[in-house]
Amino acid sequence: MSVQPPLDRALIMERFGEAIQDLGVAHGIDVFAVPPEKIVEFCRFLKEHPALRFNFLSDICGVDHYPEMPRFEAVYHLYSLPNKWRIRIKCRLGDPPQVPSVAGVWRTANWHEREAWDMYGIRFEGHPDLRRIYMWEGFEGFPQRKDFPLRGYRDKLNPYGAEGPPPTQPDLATRDIPQAGRLTPER
Amino acid sequence: MPPVAFGLSKPLSWVADMTAMEFLPVLFMVAGIVLVAGATMFVSSLLRPSNPYREKNAPYECGMDAAGEAAGGRFRVPFFILAILLVVFDVEAMFLFPWAVVLKEIGLVGYVEMFVFMLLLLVGFAYAWLKGALEWEE
Amino acid sequence: MGGVGNAIQDSVLFTTAESVINWSRSSALWPETFGIACCAIEMISAGCARYDLDRFGVVFRPSPRQSDVMIIAGTVTRKFAPVVRRLYDQMPEPRWVIAMGTCAISGGVYNTYAVVQGSETFVPVDVHVPGCPPRPEALMHGFLLLQEKIKRSRALAGTPLGRIAAS
Repeated sequence: MSVQPPLDRALIMERFGEAIQDLGVAHGIDVFAVPPEKIVEFCRFLKEHPALRFNFLSDICGVDHYPEMPRFEAVYHLYSLPNKWRIRIKCRLGDPPQVPSVAGVWRTANWHEREAWDMYGIRFEGHPDLRRIYMWEGFEGFPQRKDFPLRGYRDKLNPYGAEGPPPTQPDLATRDIPQAGRLTPER
Repeated sequence: MPPVAFGLSKPLSWVADMTAMEFLPVLFMVAGIVLVAGATMFVSSLLRPSNPYREKNAPYECGMDAAGEAAGGRFRVPFFILAILLVVFDVEAMFLFPWAVVLKEIGLVGYVEMFVFMLLLLVGFAYAWLKGALEWEE
Repeated sequence: MGGVGNAIQDSVLFTTAESVINWSRSSALWPETFGIACCAIEMISAGCARYDLDRFGVVFRPSPRQSDVMIIAGTVTRKFAPVVRRLYDQMPEPRWVIAMGTCAISGGVYNTYAVVQGSETFVPVDVHVPGCPPRPEALMHGFLLLQEKIKRSRALAGTPLGRIAAS
């Protein structure tokens, strides 16, 4: 592990000190807790500040702490390519979970947020195209929530599922190609 | 009726010797081909299972529903226009071949006749060009 | 006359149309390359030089319209199951299905909401080749079993001549 200058936590705390919470270092990564209304401003600050330059969004995860309240959490992992720093941002959300989208800050957040929506039901406000990415359109339920049965609901294709409403069937229409089949863009 | 066109110097002698009966082997060959192909396909149709249904007859698109312009039944008109133009000018080119073969015998008059023919088609070509039939647009 | 009979015996083979048709179908099984997941790698290596499948007449075809057998190699998820079913539908008959690997046979280790618990639930399967992934020799054994199954089956099932012969 090469020696690099550590992350300047003071810089972050002096800008946002009263809103966010410094959660220390976990597994070698600095962790901050941010309320959902401040998340876009915080991410934009981290990305655009010349000393920080967190220009790579590694991951957006969702977490379901079922019996505890507030129930959901969105975790953002950022990486600074010039400085080689990693940072983790935890954002505790209520039920139903809603948080502003950071797709305007990093374009890659588009698909990470679609995954969090598909698996947990975390709604990202301002997301340009919030729809399911793993499960099919029309699937009911959010599979990674703690109250969704692991084996799914029973139907013909899944005889070991739990009792409950049988899942809908996916259809075969191509939806991801916005101008399907067109050779030149529409004028 | 001997083949004499306007201003032809002498009739084309070799054409008069051919009669319909000399083409009989061609008829036999065509009939034989059609019979063999038909018999083969008929026997095949007796020996193969036939079970068409809607999903089997659907166009193949890697298992998904067909997407795109051709799938909806929409047809691009420039293809049709190009096909019409091809037929016309291809037939014109086809007429040039036998004319070139007998050019020596039909002489200057035949030459001028072909020029008149091509001039008429040139007018049609100019019309198609000016009307934009040669533009490939969406 | 005995001489003619001997000559015929030496140079003429008598058999039934059914066994000829079945032999020709089983000797030229063209699979549709349908690798979904890790079993596809073993299927590819079975088709390559060391464990050659081409010597059994097995030529991988890219389109279902030109193939006889579909090898379902890999985990079939619920989102993908209708695609597999549609591709099976688009194969002309006679057609067979080999379920390769435990995920195709029964969902494998993935007893979850998103994985189909066995491709038998939506296509009729003829040969199951267990393994995770099965070795190429196991897939070859599956092909040989399928060839034996074809040789035992009625060749003219579903054909007009078969219907005439059965009536």
